[in-house]
Amino acid sequence: MDLQFILFFVFGTLAIASASATVLSKNPVVSAMALVFHFCTLACVYFTLNAQFVGALQVLVYAGAIMILVIFVIMLLNLGNEKAFAEKFNYRKGIAIMLGASFIIMLATSFLSKNYITNQMPASSLKNGTVEKIGLDLFTSYIYPFEAIALLLCVAVVGAIILAKKKISH
Amino acid sequence: MIHSVPLEYYLLLSGIIFTIGALGVLTRRNAIIIFMCIELMLNSVNLTLVSFSSFLGDTAGQIFVFFVMAVAAAEATVGLAIVLALFRNQQTIYVDEVNLMKW
Repeated sequence: MDLQFILFFVFGTLAIASASATVLSKNPVVSAMALVFHFCTLACVYFTLNAQFVGALQVLVYAGAIMILVIFVIMLLNLGNEKAFAEKFNYRKGIAIMLGASFIIMLATSFLSKNYITNQMPASSLKNGTVEKIGLDLFTSYIYPFEAIALLLCVAVVGAIILAKKKISH
Repeated sequence: MIHSVPLEYYLLLSGIIFTIGALGVLTRRNAIIIFMCIELMLNSVNLTLVSFSSFLGDTAGQIFVFFVMAVAAAEATVGLAIVLALFRNQQTIYVDEVNLMKW
């Protein structure tokens, strides 16, 4: 129990720090690496929630597949640093930061000012995160959404090829 | 019942990460970094789904995370293809220099 608290706070802090590094870094490659680290820390937070399958999927799909794609595009475009981020502090950024801070303060006050906390997890959630339980539900109750996702991925692949290929002149 | 880290802490962590992602979308100019910030926001929502799934003892949330990941993969593929096509036609991926569809 104590170990779970320590792991949650360590990986939660690391997740917030690496998310901030993703947003604040000027170099896109540094940003992408911080995001890979963020996905791995978030996978560890999933492990503290007894969601092993989702944690493994997070590392495989996000940190593996999606970030490879992003880094390939950064490499193909060969961009320099984004210059006008720090020096151009206009009013839009000020409004954005103010709204974000007020949103976080609102969430924190509404969650933490109650006189009770939800720290009891049902015992059934220990085996809910396994591949066996999720696979059983996915292929029985959720089979039609699963088929729809397969169709969506197929459409996305075709669309990406059509968008990214060079125009052939006739 | 198992004693665990409170649900509120997970929701607060998810809210903070969502806000950081939203701030990135609002303040950055590079289209690829805007994409990464959208992934941050999707991930924070995934964290909310997983934590509710664990605290309710129900697998539905984790299965929804599976679907969100598939949609995020499709979105990243098509979005990065659009960025490539944009760079090929306009030689820029800074979103404030792209004003073709601005009225």
